Amino acid sequence: MAKYLILIYGQESPAPPTPDQWDWMMKAHGQFAQAVDQQGGKILGGEALQPTATATSVRNDGQAVTDGPFVETKEALGGFYLIEAADLDQALAFAKLCPAPGGGVELRPIMDTSGAPPSA
Amino acid sequence: MSQGQASAEVRGALAEAHRRQWAFVLAATVRLAGDLDIAEECVQDAFVAALTSWTQRGIPANPGAWLTATARRRALDTLRRDQTLRRKLPMLVGTDAATCAPLEWEGEGEEADMSQLPDDRLQLIFTCCHPALAPEAQVALTLRLVCGLTTPEIARAFLVSEPTMAARITRAKKKIALARIPYRVPPAHELPDRLDAVLTVTHLLFTTGHTAPAGDRLVRADLVERSLDLARMLYTLMPDDREVRGLLALLLLTDARRVTRTSADGRLLLLEEQDRSRWDRQAIGEGRQLVDQALRRGRPGRFALQAAIAAVHAEAPSYADTDWPEVLGLYNLLLAVWPSPVVALNRAVAVAMVQGPAAGLAVLEEVADDPHLATYPYLAATRADLLRRLGRAQDAAQAYRTALSLATNAAEKDFLTRRLAEVTAT
Repeated sequence: MAKYLILIYGQESPAPPTPDQWDWMMKAHGQFAQAVDQQGGKILGGEALQPTATATSVRNDGQAVTDGPFVETKEALGGFYLIEAADLDQALAFAKLCPAPGGGVELRPIMDTSGAPPSA
Repeated sequence: MSQGQASAEVRGALAEAHRRQWAFVLAATVRLAGDLDIAEECVQDAFVAALTSWTQRGIPANPGAWLTATARRRALDTLRRDQTLRRKLPMLVGTDAATCAPLEWEGEGEEADMSQLPDDRLQLIFTCCHPALAPEAQVALTLRLVCGLTTPEIARAFLVSEPTMAARITRAKKKIALARIPYRVPPAHELPDRLDAVLTVTHLLFTTGHTAPAGDRLVRADLVERSLDLARMLYTLMPDDREVRGLLALLLLTDARRVTRTSADGRLLLLEEQDRSRWDRQAIGEGRQLVDQALRRGRPGRFALQAAIAAVHAEAPSYADTDWPEVLGLYNLLLAVWPSPVVALNRAVAVAMVQGPAAGLAVLEEVADDPHLATYPYLAATRADLLRRLGRAQDAAQAYRTALSLATNAAEKDFLTRRLAEVTAT
């Protein structure tokens, strides 16, 4: 098994979700969790994020604190899952099931930091 | 037999083995090594070892089996030696050296019954053409790992510098290991999509060779032949798949016209100008048979339909006497399964042949706004040809100039320049 991070990107809506939208999202994520479990994967963690308007960034050079996300993008990072899957094909199958209305997800393999430093 | 003679014979046998057996030998070694780089090194070593061994002891009855046994033995040695070292990259998913204990025959200089060896070529091909890899990386990896081309050869074929191509290949291999792209044939429900990617890579290889993107020569015969080898390999491995048959048929039928596509002095000759008596009848016969099989049962796919169109052309006595209504009917079917702007453009040509250039031009203008065609020289060239046939010399000249500014192949540019001169002279 290998670990992957699913980064969920989408357009941030200016208005908070309606109760219907909220219910739909909760249901969709519940179904996602169920599907991953049924297909032999594992969700190790995951959260939804507050909008980028609430973000604060700290640049390493000079420790400057600025209001806003580290990188401004049209589609913002809105949430994530840390999952475990057999291989990239299974992880991709999960990524396709992950709810991301009006956006999409990025799949990143987790680096194994237990051994030698990664090769060039 | 003297040493010199044997050596020439050995070199010939090695070259033949390299072309026919590389993928088999490498695929069988990857399974054991669990690492593409180690496997590649071991297979290269085996080819080097073969030169000496075959010269001294004679060419083995089954060179592929000899090379596989030697490469796998080297892989085992490497793995034993590396057990004390930390592995740089994780093992490929789907390979496991532990479950591939050396078989009895893997002794020094022994040959094995090929039928006892695992045929992992499909695993290798599907891994190289995984959709998580960029299309240009899929093509480069396929040429390197499946066809056994060197990085400089691939760099030359795609007109990029060697360091650029080397970086592209290294990055792709690393992604396979780190993102854990599995070394396996996809399960049935994913197969149609995944196979389409493999066929697309093979076809791209062919088209790159068929009309070289730049340079003085129209055809890069080496790429055309590698893609034909690849299509044949796929047909051997998946004989029942209709799109695999369709692709092989398409390549055979298109390549059958190779020698007639340029004149003795290198001028590009259009389909209507080509000497049909010099078309490769054997390739056409084989292609036609494959097309018939690919069209049987159910809805044909895009490669089968393209092959069917190529077959109509291949069997027509002349350009004018081509069964154009049949060609148009096939384009209608093709557009339904593969709604691509290039197909729509080719359909416009068929419409022009059946209903006249004005009707063809009307269809062409419907697709002309597609942004995918904005830099496609054949759009302007086709428009120019239809305008020329309608007697609109001035409009045709303008379209030829546009086509000229977009064309990159010298033979094609030369053709367009001649046509431009013709329409401006009248």
